[in-house]
Parts: sequence; structure tokens; C-alpha cells
Amino acid sequence: MGVEAGYSTLYGIGRVRGRRGMENGGRSSGGGGLVRVMTRYGQIYAALWRNSIIREMGFKINFLLWIVVELLWFVLHLGFIQVMYLHTDHIASWSKWEVVLLMGTSHFIQQLFTAFFFNNCTQLSEHVRMGRLDFILLLPASSRFLLSLRHVDLGSFVNAASALVVVGYATQQLRLEPSMVQILGYLLLCGVGVMVHYSLMFIMASVSFWTVRAQGIIWGYYNLFNIARMPDEVFRGGFKTVFTFVLPMLLVSNVPARVLVGKLSSGWMVLLLLGLTCVCFAVSQWVWNVSMRRYTSASS
Amino acid sequence: MSKYLHVLNIGVQNTLVYRVNFLVRACFGLIPLTATLFMWQAIYAGKGVGGNVEGYLYGQMVSYYLIVTIVDGLTAVAEDDWQIAADIKDGNISQFLLKPIDYLSYRLTLYCGGRMIYSAFALIPIAIFIYFKREFLELPADAGTMGLFLISTLLAGLLQFFISYTMALLAFWVMEVSTFIFILFAFEALAGGQLFPLDILPMGVREVLRYTPFPYEMFFPVSIYLGRAQGAELIGGLAMQTVWVGIAYLTARWVWRRGIRRYTASGG
Repeated sequence: MGVEAGYSTLYGIGRVRGRRGMENGGRSSGGGGLVRVMTRYGQIYAALWRNSIIREMGFKINFLLWIVVELLWFVLHLGFIQVMYLHTDHIASWSKWEVVLLMGTSHFIQQLFTAFFFNNCTQLSEHVRMGRLDFILLLPASSRFLLSLRHVDLGSFVNAASALVVVGYATQQLRLEPSMVQILGYLLLCGVGVMVHYSLMFIMASVSFWTVRAQGIIWGYYNLFNIARMPDEVFRGGFKTVFTFVLPMLLVSNVPARVLVGKLSSGWMVLLLLGLTCVCFAVSQWVWNVSMRRYTSASS
Repeated sequence: MSKYLHVLNIGVQNTLVYRVNFLVRACFGLIPLTATLFMWQAIYAGKGVGGNVEGYLYGQMVSYYLIVTIVDGLTAVAEDDWQIAADIKDGNISQFLLKPIDYLSYRLTLYCGGRMIYSAFALIPIAIFIYFKREFLELPADAGTMGLFLISTLLAGLLQFFISYTMALLAFWVMEVSTFIFILFAFEALAGGQLFPLDILPMGVREVLRYTPFPYEMFFPVSIYLGRAQGAELIGGLAMQTVWVGIAYLTARWVWRRGIRRYTASGG
């Protein structure tokens, strides 16, 4: 399945590229360069979407089953919170529905991340193992762009929507009336959170280029990102420092959730999240460059 | 018997290749564990000194999670289910049909070998972690309890293996078994007691769970260790656990027989 889809994707890009090439008559650079690059990548991305949809529709039952699996895990985590709150009213200063809102936010971010990036990141080491990476490097477009975005996981949008429903319900239970600014800020910060997930996952995938197999990366990911759904206040000491300032897992969902609930004491948490997102992305690009420099084709 | 010893040897050698992977895995596994412990710390802090949750004092709660980590290291089915499914999909099991070797025994041997190596390497980070929490780790009441705990852990391992094995055999019928495996994971995590001790659940739910195999995959041996399962409950639990192992074993055999009839050796 993977190989076939890989080649059909390659084919799709080739087609877009070919058409563009003819229209432009081989012209390059000059005024409006950025716009042209953007349109070109837009078209490539559209082709990737088309491929993903065709591919997903080939495995309809599997497509539905994955939605069920994710939903089940979401319910499971909500159940966990429900059980915790059978025995307490507050965890640190967080009430039950605030934590539900936090969990919904975390799930929302995670599902968006899965929709756009997750499978692509886990596939990276497989591409190396199977010798498929060489083909991708040869394509006339940014390799990182192609590797990161080639496959869109459509089912995850359904799950992201279910997460938003839970967030909405929790907002109602808390009798919150968030302003337009809060809602926009919330959505924007969720997007920033997706970028943090992506950058960290891309680092993990690049580092494990040669040694660890995909299973290992997925496993590592689930463990690491597990803590994003917990209220930041319960953590202490070195653990909190590391997962706030080095791997900002405790900011990713907590900051947007705090914005929506109105629990944000000052703006520095938002600034910290934004700053660290840039750092994470820069580091991921650096790790990627190093990996590329060390890369010697695996097989083929 | 000697041929399976040979398999064990191969299994050990194969998994030794992944020793760094195991170390990394075990370290990553400590992250959610630490997070859960922080969560409980916050809950107990809200209750004040001597607060307890369904009979668990704070130290006992920490103890519960530490023992779960140990039992999990000893028994968890790590890659076996994926490998079995891949063997079926890629047609690799054809060779087992031709050789005088039983696939279930072969897999069980590999699982044991894998667990031995995993436990040996995972023990390093886990031991360090437990050292820092040593004030909370309670020892079992007596040697008898310890013995029963070990027997029950062995049965839990067998139960986990047979259930995962059967799940992986679904590859005879469907293309992608990973969805089913993840659904099973979800039930095992919640109903098996990995996320929290099952006795903090409402009474009704607890009663229902007693008749499912899940508590016997994790929760039961841990409650023996902590001395929470005693007397008639202990004997009844062990009996129930044995029955479930038997049922899981027979189901695994039965599903294999049904599956092999459908097997077309594609790609083999």
C-alpha cells in the first residue's frame, strides 16, 4: 500500500510540475517571485490532497474504523477525568469542566496535527529503510515540504470536530461567554500548538533516521504528548521546567485553554509559547539539515 | 523441546539488537507515569494530611503505579502482535505450516525471550526511578504473598499474550489489524487498571469488570502484591484468572484453525 501510494503521489507532483513548467516557459526569478512560489506550492499541495482523498476512499472501512479508534481513546481519557473527579472537586485550581475543556483542546490540537503531519513524520524512517527517500530528494520541490505534507489524514478532521464539540459543551457547563478576541486567540494558539507538535515530531523522526523503526517513534510520541492534556499547575520542579522551557508540552494546550477560560494571569505565557514555537521550528530545520548532510542512500 | 530452546535463543539474539530502543522506550514510558503521579499528588494535597481515596493513602497510590510499571515491563506484549499480523499478511507463515513447529508455541517462546531482554534493559531506568520514590514502595506482606504475586503475574503475561495473539490472527480476515489492536489497547488500559486502580471506580462498574478478562491482565496481580486481594477474594481471583487463561488459549487455537483454512499464502 505504502509503495503504490508513494509512487502515485510522485506522479501527481510530476503532473503539476509539468503543467507549470510549460506555462512559465522556463522563466525563473524576477518580480512576484514569492507569489509564484506560493502558487506553485499551493498547486502541489492541492495535488497531494487529491491523492490523499483518492487513497482514503480506497479503504473506506478502515477509514471509518480509525475514526472510531480515536474517538474511543478520547472517551477513555474523558472517562479517566470523570473517575478522578469522583474523588475530588479540584485538581490544583482546575475544576472538572475546566479540565474537560483542556482535554478537548489538547485533542483538537493533536487531531489537527495528525491530519496534516503525523503519518508523514512516522513514514520518514520507512522511506529511508525502503530506499524511497532518494526519489523524493530528486523531486524539484522542497524535500521537507513534500515529506511533511504528502499525505493528509482526512479522518482526523472528523475527530478534531468532535473535540471542538466537547470544548463547546464544557464552555457551556462553565457558563463562559468568551469574546470574539478570546475565540480567535484560542484558535490561533491551537494552530501554534500544531506547529510545536510538528516541529518536535519532525526532530524525533529526523534523529531516528537510521536506528529506530516507525513503531518506536509512534510509541515515543504518544508518551511525550500524553502530558499536554494535564493541567500545568500540578507539575513541579525539574519536570515542569523541562516540559515548559525545553519541550513546551505543558504550554501547547494549557495556554489556549487558559485563554478561553480566562485563567490567563499575564501575557507572558503566550509570548513564551510563541517564542518557543519559533525555537522548536528552527531546531527542527537544523536537525533536518544535519541529517541530510549525513544521509547516504540506504538501498536501491 | 530443544527446538524451542533454539527459538528462544534466536528471539533473545534478535531482541538484543534493539536494546537501545528498549532503554529509550522505558525512559519515555516514565514521562506519563511521572505526570500521573503529579496529578495524584495534587489531588491528595487538596485533601490534606491523611486523606485517602477508597482506602488508598498517598503512598499506597504511588506504590500501585510503581508495581504496575514493573508488571507491565514483565508482561506487556510489545511488537509481537504487529509481527504476527505481518507474518500472515506477507505470507511468512507458510514455512511454519511445512515445518514440524507449532506457530503458537514458536510465538510464545519469542515473546518470553523478548520479555526477558526487555525487562533486563528496562529495569535500569525503572530501578533509578523507583529509587527516588523508594519511600513509597511497599514490600509484600510475606513470602507467600510474593509467591502468589509472581504466579499471578505469569498468568497475566499468558493472558495478555493469548489475547493479543488472537487479535493479530484477525489478519487472516482483514487487511489492517492495527485498528483492532488499538481498540484492544484502549480497553486494556482502562479496564485493566493501567490508568488507575480499579477499586476507585463506582461499585457497579467494578462488579461488571470482575467478570471480564481485563482486570486479570494487570490489576489483579498488583492487588495481590499490595495485599488488597486476600482470603476468598484472592482464591476466587486466581481461579478466575486461570479460567480466563484457559479460555484465551482455546480461543487462540480455534481462531488459528479457522484462519488457516482461509489462508492463501499471498506473497509467500
